[in-house]
Amino acid sequence: MAGHVVPKKLYILVFAALIVFTALTTGVAFIDLGKWNTVAALAIAVCKGSLVALFFMHLRWSSGLMRIVLLAAFMWFAILVSLTLADEFTRQWTPVPSSWQAQIQQNIR
Amino acid sequence: MGTATVEPQIESRVHYLNVSYGIKSWLLTTDHKRIALLYLASITFFFFVGGAAAVLMRLNLITPEGAIVEPATYNKLFSMHGIIMVFLFLIPSIPAVLGNFLVPMMIGARDLAFPRINLLSWYVFMAGGLLILYSIITGGVNTGWTFYTPLSTTYSNTNVITAALGVFIAGFSSILTGLNFVVTIHKMRAPGMTWFKMPLFLWAMYATSIIQILGTPVLAISLTLVALERLFHVGVFDPAVGGDPVLFQHLFWFYSHPAVYIMILPSMGVISELVTAFSKKRIFGYSFIAFSSVAIAVISFLVWGHHMFVAGQSIYAGLVFSLLSFAVAIPSAIKVFNWTATLYKGSVSYDAPMLYAIGFIGLFTMGGLTGLFLATLAVDVHVHGTYFVIAHFHYIMVGGAVMGYLGGIHYWWPKISGRLYPEGWARLSAAIIFVGFNLTFFPQYVLGYLGMPRRYAVYPPEFQVLNVMSSAGASILGVGYLIPLVYLAWSMRYGPVAGPNPWGAKGLEWQTPSPPPTENFEETPIVTEEAYAYGTEETQVA
Amino acid sequence: MHSSTVALAEQFDDLDQQHEASSLGMWVFLATEIMFFGGLFTAYILFRNFYLPGFEAGSRLLNVRIGAINTAILLCSSLTMALAVRAAQMAKKGVLITFLLLTLLLGVTFVAIKLGLEWRHDYLEGFAPGVHWTFNGPDWRHIELFFVFYFFLTGIHALHMVIGVGILTVLIILAARGRFSSPERYNAVEVAGLYWHFVDIVWIFLYPLLYLIGGRY
Repeated sequence: MAGHVVPKKLYILVFAALIVFTALTTGVAFIDLGKWNTVAALAIAVCKGSLVALFFMHLRWSSGLMRIVLLAAFMWFAILVSLTLADEFTRQWTPVPSSWQAQIQQNIR
Repeated sequence: MGTATVEPQIESRVHYLNVSYGIKSWLLTTDHKRIALLYLASITFFFFVGGAAAVLMRLNLITPEGAIVEPATYNKLFSMHGIIMVFLFLIPSIPAVLGNFLVPMMIGARDLAFPRINLLSWYVFMAGGLLILYSIITGGVNTGWTFYTPLSTTYSNTNVITAALGVFIAGFSSILTGLNFVVTIHKMRAPGMTWFKMPLFLWAMYATSIIQILGTPVLAISLTLVALERLFHVGVFDPAVGGDPVLFQHLFWFYSHPAVYIMILPSMGVISELVTAFSKKRIFGYSFIAFSSVAIAVISFLVWGHHMFVAGQSIYAGLVFSLLSFAVAIPSAIKVFNWTATLYKGSVSYDAPMLYAIGFIGLFTMGGLTGLFLATLAVDVHVHGTYFVIAHFHYIMVGGAVMGYLGGIHYWWPKISGRLYPEGWARLSAAIIFVGFNLTFFPQYVLGYLGMPRRYAVYPPEFQVLNVMSSAGASILGVGYLIPLVYLAWSMRYGPVAGPNPWGAKGLEWQTPSPPPTENFEETPIVTEEAYAYGTEETQVA
Repeated sequence: MHSSTVALAEQFDDLDQQHEASSLGMWVFLATEIMFFGGLFTAYILFRNFYLPGFEAGSRLLNVRIGAINTAILLCSSLTMALAVRAAQMAKKGVLITFLLLTLLLGVTFVAIKLGLEWRHDYLEGFAPGVHWTFNGPDWRHIELFFVFYFFLTGIHALHMVIGVGILTVLIILAARGRFSSPERYNAVEVAGLYWHFVDIVWIFLYPLLYLIGGRY
């Protein structure tokens, strides 16, 4: 009737992990890893988010339907981002008449 | 008083309409059926306001120089028409009226999962609607319902923020309705009602709700950004500081394209119900129609760039969107084939709901096919921004969605009101609407193809004949819409009393008295047969 | 027995159905919130990719220490919220109220630091686009765009926190009145917890995206 009761110790363990991850991601930001900085930051954020979702939000013990809802939302966000960026990043691929080139270079920046 | 006497049974039996009286019992109700009627009243009101704007537009377009309004005013008229018709009529119409009334009944439940949130959704809707009306009364907005930047953020001196805020709030109502339906359909089906025994109207409502839930928030954020940019002049959409006006279009159309499926999917659900009930035959291809509803909901989110082919979007993205837009037509076509196959060798009766259904199938097919023209990149370059587009979407929205809505209202009217509407008048109106509609919008295909731009208050003189035809059609269409208003209201008091199942149709909603009691069913029904199990036994006409 | 029938709303057949429905309802609502923030994130990702130097410069102008502390505060509040839900599941009224109060205090602290310290500092230093912007150095347009997103993202997040604080207040009042006196009635607290944790997850992503991508090396 009252759902799954999670032991206090597990919550505290998860919390500790979250703090460690926060320290980790903050520390890594001060090390030069080039483009891997962004990857590391996002990967750690995904780990932290997953810990909160699985344990604090009880997804680990919830029906598959709730997990599908969460997954669907992220997939839809992925659709929004990927197709929008697919446009924004490929606009420069189309060659432009040379007479326009100079004008354009002037207007960017 | 006429000669029809009011039968005593309808007054002595307690049902959802007479269980309590007084304005508080309506404004504070949590009964999904009463909330459906609250929505019915509101959206009918908004429909005629939006229609009034259309009347003024069509009157203006009788002469090439613009007959009655200045271009600045005309811009406000088409904006008002679009905003009201899309956000305050089409989006809520079937879900909030027929969906609210029927979803619990069709699954054998006593109410939706969250009745108070249902009531809240109506208040939120009214708040948004009144704010939009306020923005119109205090000067209007001239950006079109699409709020494109940089007109909306920088150059327009009209009530953009108020209107955007009104749309934002009304959108929240849409989210709450969708949320309620998804949870209800997942968790509250009667014993024995598996997913594949559900009437197809429920599949359509479920698919619609997915779109409402996942798409509307992005509209909210796009309008929030417009408002913030307008207030703080920050430049997210301003190229002069590095912003991108097309980004707004991405965010806007990410919702607004699926939104058109919010508007048509419920109507398709209604057609599935009408086609089976009025040919007394099982639906052909149940799972195809069910899956196609979900497929439409999913694929609809992948095609929004087809509104932006000439906006400066990358041609590579354009190619992808064009291809996907062809794909989204397939599930719709599957439905049309299945409905037609259902009619084949059916015992067809031509009552008003069926007239609307048949009209839908023809007109939606035409509108849908012209959508393929628009999805073709090379053709769209020529017809984008012309009356061709307007004709296309009005064939779908008016010839499709509104006809489905009216068909559904007439079909379930006996259940909702406990009365029968006058069939002769209903058929006449359906015919008038069909004729008026085609006369209004078919010439617009030609106009668009010939190059007349949309959203223009004036036009070259050679287009006048077609414009006058269109305006004439609009007046006929208007009459066609006004007649049901009269006879439906009349029938609530003077119409013959309806029994539980005047159409002899299958479906749990017909197993309970008309009008239903507040809790819908005396006992929770147990479902043993599939949906549309016609021909398996004698169905009583009561 | 008596308390469980009182807890059951009339549209539901049993408590399990009611709990499943309300949890599912909150998850569906959170899906809408993911899409809402998602739109903003999309725009942010876009402009960050176009104007990386400016966005990195803008990010470096934020105080990482305060950001990290705020992150820890919010994570702490998620812990206390989870413990509050646990207390409701066991109908321990005193513990429940304590943890709800702690969560509320931590949440208020977060908003106070965000608005009262960080925003105020940025405003005074002239880094508030459209309100008080004075920076004229190199790439200033893109740095301004970064701050536009900084204020929008953290502002809308803070708004959600304030709403969460409001919900917690209501819960505390209800708890004090004995509303959660039996384990079957824990669902309202759990559902509020889902909302609170979600707002925390948004911050878990905002923190690196805003504070940590500045090339601080």
